[in-house]
Order: sequence, then C-alpha cells, then structure tokens
Amino acid sequence: MSDLSQLYQEVILDHNKSPRNFYKIENPTNFAEGYNPLCGDHIYVYLKIENNIIKEISFQGNGCAISKSSASLMTTILKGKTVSEAKDLFEKFHKIITSDPLKDIEIEEPSKLKIFAGVREFPTRIKCASLAWHTMFNALEGKAEKISTE
Amino acid sequence: MKLETTNIDKSLLKEKNKIYHNIDKIREDFPILKQKVRGKTLVYLDNAATTQKPKIVIDAISNYYLTLNSNIHRGVHFLSEKATFEYEKARTKVKEFINALSASEIVFTRGATESINLAAFSYGLTYLKDGDEIIISTLEHHANIVPWQEVCRRTGAKLKVIPISNNGEILLEKYYELLNNKVKIVAVTQVSNALGVKTPIDEIIKKAKEIGAITLVDGSQAIPHLKIDVQSLGCDFYVFSGHKVYGPTGIGVLYGKADLLEKMPPYQTGGDMIRSVTFEKTIYNDIPMKFEAGTPNIEGAIALQKAIEYVKNLNIEEISEYEDALLRYCEEKLSDIPDLIIYGRTPCKAAVVSFDIKDIHPHDIGTILDSEGVAIRAGHHCTQPLMQRLGVSATARASFSFYNTFEEIDILYQALLKTIKLMK
Repeated sequence: MSDLSQLYQEVILDHNKSPRNFYKIENPTNFAEGYNPLCGDHIYVYLKIENNIIKEISFQGNGCAISKSSASLMTTILKGKTVSEAKDLFEKFHKIITSDPLKDIEIEEPSKLKIFAGVREFPTRIKCASLAWHTMFNALEGKAEKISTE
Repeated sequence: MKLETTNIDKSLLKEKNKIYHNIDKIREDFPILKQKVRGKTLVYLDNAATTQKPKIVIDAISNYYLTLNSNIHRGVHFLSEKATFEYEKARTKVKEFINALSASEIVFTRGATESINLAAFSYGLTYLKDGDEIIISTLEHHANIVPWQEVCRRTGAKLKVIPISNNGEILLEKYYELLNNKVKIVAVTQVSNALGVKTPIDEIIKKAKEIGAITLVDGSQAIPHLKIDVQSLGCDFYVFSGHKVYGPTGIGVLYGKADLLEKMPPYQTGGDMIRSVTFEKTIYNDIPMKFEAGTPNIEGAIALQKAIEYVKNLNIEEISEYEDALLRYCEEKLSDIPDLIIYGRTPCKAAVVSFDIKDIHPHDIGTILDSEGVAIRAGHHCTQPLMQRLGVSATARASFSFYNTFEEIDILYQALLKTIKLMK
C-alpha cells in the first residue's frame, strides 16, 4: 500500500464523511477548545463524566480529514471508558503517531487506533491527528481554555 | 498521456515571448527542478512562499566562501577590500533594480519582515503619538500587521484597516473615508501574497501623500512579477525579501527616502553602524550603514545581486507577460473542476491562484498533490484576518514563476481530479 493510501484509509475517509458524535453536549461536565494555527483546524470536545466514567463524548468544529476522523474515532473509542483509561489511550495514541516509522510498534487494543500509524510518514500531519486527543486530555484536566498544538 | 493545451496560452503570448520559446533552457538554470520527489517529477508551485534559485545564485554563494570570504568595511587587506566592493556593488544593483535615487537609500536587512519592523520601530515609535492613526489593508501579511499593532500599543496610535470586496479588491472609496489629518502612516501591500490580487498602489500612495502621511509598500510579492520604480511610485519606504526574487534567504531590503532615513534613530546598535565610540558618547554612521549593525549577510547580498542580474536578463516585462498567461490558463483549467472555488478572481492579479474545493480541506489537497510531486501551499498564508474576511479557515494556493510550464498546470489539474476521486 502506498504512503498516501496508508494515510487516507477507508475508515479515516468514512469518519471524515460521516463523523460520529458530531454535536454539542448541553451542560457538559468537561469541555475544551483546540486550535491548530498551522492549518486553521478548530475543534471543541464535550464530555459528560459520571462516577469517573465517560458517559457521553462529542465534538464539533472544522478541520482536515485527518483531524476530523481522528476526533470522530476518538469519541467512539472513549465512550464508556474511565477517565484514567482515556488518559492511558491518549498516551498510546501519541506513541502510534509519533514513533519511528522504521520500527514496529507494539500497542495492544484498541487496534482501531492503529489506522493512524500512516500519519508517521507525514510529519506535517501529526498535529492534525493529535489535536482532538490533546483537546480531550485538556478537557479531562479541567483546562477549558483554548489549547494550541503549535 | 499528452494533454492538449487550450488556446488561451498562446493567444496571450506574443510570438516573440522569449521565455515561452526558451523555457527548456531556462529550466536548465534551476538544478532543483530536475529532481524527483516521491517518485514523481517535481512540479514546484509554491513560488509565493519562496522561489527556487538559478545556478548563478548558488555559485555566487559558494564562490564567495571559496575565494572572497572576509569581513567587510575597514579591512585593509585584499580580500576585505574585494568583499566590501562586491557588497556595495550589490547595494548599487538593488538601487538600480527598483530605481532608487541613491544607493544610500538601500538598507540590507534579513528580509521584508525585518525591513517593516525597522521602519515601524525606528520611525513609528519616534514620530507617532497618542491619537495618531496608521492605515493598513485587509490583504496584509501578518508581517505588515503585527509591527504596526505593536507601534499602536506603545504609542497610543490607532490601527485602521481598508476593507476589501468579496473578490479581494481594495475598496478605494472606503480608503478615502479613512483619510484624515490624524493618519501618519499608510502601509499597504502591492500584491496580496494569499490571493495574488494587485492593489491600486499608485492611488493609495497619492492620496496618502495629499494628507502628509508616510507610506510603506510591502513589495514582497510584487518584486518577482512586476517592474518596480520607487521614484515613480513616490512611496517613502519599500520592502522586499531576496528569496522571493530568486535570491537566498536571510537577505532583504528596506528602501527609504534619504531624508527620512537621516532623521530616524538606529534600529539596532553595535559595530559597523557607528562612526566613533567613547564611553561618554557615540556618533552614528551615515545612512545606510546606520541601520546595518554587526556583520551583515555578505554572501546573501552578493548572491541577491546575481539574482537581480538573472531577472533583468530575462526582462521583467516578458516575465509578467508569460506568468500572466500561466495564470489565465490555470484559472480557466481549474474553473472546470466542480465545487472548486477560486478566491480573489480579479483581472488585476499576479500569478497566484488561491482556491478550495467543497468538503475537502486544503491540507488534504496539499498532501495528496504532494504525493503527485506537486508542491503547493495550504493554510492561512500568514493572513488570518483575510481568511476570516473571506469566511474560510484556509485555502490551497498555487503560485507561479517564469520557470513553470503549461504542462505543469495540466499535472496540477489531473492531481486535483485525483484528490476529488479519493476524498469524495
């Protein structure tokens, strides 16, 4: 498979076209805004957390296919997870998109995240993939102010 | 696949356009264009960001270090005298290139950004006061916005912005309304870097002068495409970067009228910009040296001179004519693509095409074109207020040089079709 089709895999294109959980949660318990000044990607992540479990998670905003699909996929993965599981997945995702492309990475579940491994070949797009995750992390940490991936 | 070229190219080019008929030879002068990227022949359409360098410019840099390297001014040895001579000759070349009155009006800087900062901080902070006004336009690059904001913050002056039409044209009537005797500086670009739209710069300067305001023209995007004559423009400052006109990075120019430069304080201080120093008192050097503290970018100036020679040899009018044909061809070709919108579609433009495609983010366009060897830029082009005005977060931008070809536009066109096929 070429680098390009590694980057724009079916699943990614599907999430870009039909983003999941693409709405605003009224009265969220956690919220953050993320911005990538390099390309203008702008995202809002909303969470409803009860007893340390993510009951509901959604996002809004606009961005490229990579940032949008990454946000969409993230919401599907994190729903039902505990806060510490979510933070753990954030670390794993970060490893997937930034590790040395020449080395195999060993990441256990969820394998869905691995489809973003193609981003490693496109250093300028890593920030697109990580924007939603950084924003979610900040929402969990209670940092509601706008974060920037620059 | 051999792609047919429509009639638009040749009809716009005179039979004798030198560039059109010698394009293969011209491309030979730019070694970088021959290389393959991602297995495809490079199609370099990011010229508004930086231009490629002809071999004579690259050679000038290496020759400097092979045969001439020494520090300039005050050296009594052979190499220093020779390097000083070449550095000052470069200044004279720049003076001729933009038709300044005197070489003392040419200050070498790191680039257009530093040139604007120099003018803003040295002139602006000294002569502006609370209640004064500075006018810029919606089209400006951040480099011609932020320094003036800083001057306003420190002096209490106010920043006023000339609005534009939906096509990116300066609204002159609105500009006239902004003019009053509080306006002390008018700083406007000659060509928009994001859209390629030319501004009515002559009229803007004329009206600014009528109310006694100082004018600064950001010529960064105009200098590779148009013939520049600062005396006929009548501007007080003109700035550009060497790397946008086939020279190296790290060298730029601030043109300033001599009487203005004379009365401005130094921007940076240190060696070379002084005449004499005691611990009690320092006497500054004459212009332009007063503004060139420290060892300058000597090889940059010398190589810029070679770039100017190269452009002059090609003839800037022929360059304009050829690039204009490329621009019209590209606009016509891209108009065929469904859901593709071109921003800044006006008759009065330099060879830049800024566009987006419905439901495909410019960044994705950029990445997919790159996989076809086509280098364009995607983003806000350092013009966030302009992007807001146009109601977009980013655009994709193809920008042309005289070394580009009609065939390269066909490749761009095919790559865009592929993008749509992949993403939709």
